[in-house]
Amino acid sequence: MSGPTERVIKRSVVRAVALYAALIGMAWCALFPILWALSGSLKTEPGIAEPNLFPAHPQWSNYARVFSLMPFWRMLGNTVLYACCVTLGQVFFCSLAGYAFARLRFRGRDTLFVLYLATLMVPLTVTVIPQFILMRAFGWTDTPWAMIVPGLFGSAFGTYLMRQFFLTLPTDLEEAAVLDGCSPWQIYWRILLPHIRPAVMVLAVLTWVNVWNDFLWPLVMIQRRDIATLTLGLVWMQGQYVSRWPVLMAASILILLPLLGVYGFAQRAFVRGITLTGFGGR
Amino acid sequence: MASVGFEHATRRYPGTARAAVHDLDLTVDDGEFLVVVGPSGCGKSTALRMVAGLEPVDSGRIRIGGRDVTDTDPKERDTAMVFQNYALYPHMTVAQNMGFALKIAKLPRAQIRDRVLAAARLLDLQPYLDRRPKDLSGGQRQRVAMGRAIVRQPQVFLMDEPLSNLDAKLRAQTRSELAALQRRLGTTTVYVTHDQAEALTMGDRVAVLRDGVLQQCASPRALYREPANVFVAGFIGSPAMNLLTLPIRDYSVAIGDWVVAVPRDISDTAAQVVVGIRPEHFELGSMGVEIEIDVVEELGADTYLYGRIITPDGAIDQHIVARAGWRDPPARGSRILVRADPDRLHFFATDGRCLRRSY
Repeated sequence: MSGPTERVIKRSVVRAVALYAALIGMAWCALFPILWALSGSLKTEPGIAEPNLFPAHPQWSNYARVFSLMPFWRMLGNTVLYACCVTLGQVFFCSLAGYAFARLRFRGRDTLFVLYLATLMVPLTVTVIPQFILMRAFGWTDTPWAMIVPGLFGSAFGTYLMRQFFLTLPTDLEEAAVLDGCSPWQIYWRILLPHIRPAVMVLAVLTWVNVWNDFLWPLVMIQRRDIATLTLGLVWMQGQYVSRWPVLMAASILILLPLLGVYGFAQRAFVRGITLTGFGGR
Repeated sequence: MASVGFEHATRRYPGTARAAVHDLDLTVDDGEFLVVVGPSGCGKSTALRMVAGLEPVDSGRIRIGGRDVTDTDPKERDTAMVFQNYALYPHMTVAQNMGFALKIAKLPRAQIRDRVLAAARLLDLQPYLDRRPKDLSGGQRQRVAMGRAIVRQPQVFLMDEPLSNLDAKLRAQTRSELAALQRRLGTTTVYVTHDQAEALTMGDRVAVLRDGVLQQCASPRALYREPANVFVAGFIGSPAMNLLTLPIRDYSVAIGDWVVAVPRDISDTAAQVVVGIRPEHFELGSMGVEIEIDVVEELGADTYLYGRIITPDGAIDQHIVARAGWRDPPARGSRILVRADPDRLHFFATDGRCLRRSY
C-alpha cells in the first residue's frame, strides 16, 4: 500500500539521490585531473600512460628528484614573499579605498567608483604590454619590484569587496566616533577595521591564491632563476625535462600543497568570499 | 554647561522639496531638559543632529553657550550623543567604550580611569566594566551609552530616542532615572522622542515638531492644557483629544443633541469651528450627547469608551472617546449620554489655530 505521504517521501528521496549523483559527478570532474596528477607523480616514466589510478610500485623518488632538478625552496620563498607583500598591500589599500567610496562624502565619488569598477572588464592580456613598458621605464624588469609593486596598491575587485562590506556597517558607530573626536583615519583604523575582519580574510585569501597561481605576469617580467616563482619553475622544467612527466606531476603536486594548506586554514573565508561577491576571485 | 540656540535653522536634504527642519527658532536654557517630540519624519532627529554637527545647516545658525558653532567640526562642539541603538563599539569593553573619547583627547590614563569609575558608580556599572557590549542586557547597554556621554563631561547631552529599544516596564523605570540623573548633573539636554509620555514626564519644556516646523514649545502642563493648535491638541494626550469640526448656528454648535454655546468673538467671525474635548472631561449623565459604545477599554485605573455620536435624526456619526469612572463601566453596544463642562472645551479655527483655550 502506498499512501500519499509515502509517495512524497519517495519523491524527495529520488530527488536527493539525483542531486547527490549530479554533485558527485561534478566534484569528480573537478578532482579527477588532480588525482590523475597525484597518481602520475608516483608512476615510472614508461608507465605514465597506464590507465590506473594506483600504481603497483609508487615511485616516491620522483618527489626527491624535483628538489634536485629545480631550486624549489628558493622559488617557494620568492612566491611566498611576493604573495605576502601583495596581499598586505591589497588589504591595506583596498580597505582604505573601500572606506572612502563607502563613507566619505566627496564630489564625483560614485562616478569615480563606477569608472574604477569598469577596469574589471579590461583583461590582463590587454594591459600586460603597457605594464611591461612601464616597468621597463622604471628599470624594474627582472627584479622583485616588478612582482610586488604593480599589485600592491589595491584593485577594483578588492575595493569593491571592501566597499560593499563597509556599507553593511551601521553609520551610528562612525557618528559616535566622530562625536568622540575621531579623525577619518582614526575612525577607519580604530573603529571600522576591527569589524571588517571577515572581508579582510576573504580578500587576503583570494589575493594570495591569485598571486600564487599567477603565471602570465611572472613569465613576462622574470628571467632570472633566483627570483622566479614556482609557476615559472614548473614551466621551465617542462621545457628542459619534457619527457619526465612523473617528476613534473610531482612538482605540480608540491606547488599545490601550500595552497591546500591555505584553503584548509581559511576555508570559511574562502566560501564566504564566493558567496559575498558572487564570483570566486578575479 | 551651556545654552543651545537654534536661530532660524533650516536643513533641506538634497533632492527633497520640503525642508526636514524649517526655520527652527528655539533656545534651550543652560541646564534645561528639553524634549523634542513629534511623529516619525517630523525632523526631530535632524534637529538634534544639527546641534551635534552630524547634519549641515543650510541656513540660520546654531549656538552652543552663545558661541556660533554652525560651521564648527562636531568634535569641537563639546556635545555627547546617546544613540537609539546605543552605537557602542562592539570590540571594546565597557570601560574602553566609556573612556574612548578621553583616550582620543589624549588625557592621562589615570584621569581616564577615575572618570570612567566615577561614571560607572553613578550608573551601577562597576561589575560590567570588563565586559563587551554583546554580553550585556538592553538596559545595561543603555546605561553604558549614558555613561559614555557622562564621562565626557560635555556642555550638552543629545539623546536620540535612547529608551526606544527597551521593553515597556524598563522604559518607564529608566525614564525617571534618566530625568533624575540629568537634574543631578545639571547638564543641558536635548532629548528626542516620538513617545509623548516620555515627553510629558521628562522634559522641563517640550517642543512639538511637525513636518520640520515647530508647533509649540512649552512646559508639559501648558502643552496639555493650552495646545497652540489642533495638531498639538491631537498629538499630546492619550487617548487623543476628541476633535469635532462643526458648523456654527445661532452662536452655538450642536454635538448630537448637546448644544454648546460658542464664544461671541468666534461665532462672529467664523462659520465653522473645531471643538476639542479631552476624553477625561466627559461625564456620564442623563443629559448631553448620545453615543453608542463600540469598544470598552479597561486599563484598571481608567476605562475608556470608544463610541460614535448618534445625531438627532438617528444617524450614527463621528467617533468619540470618553473616560468613564472605573466602578461600573457601560457595556459594549449600549447607548449612553455624556457631556463636558463647557469651560473646559477648546476651540480651534478650521485652519488649526487655537481660538480659545480652556481653564
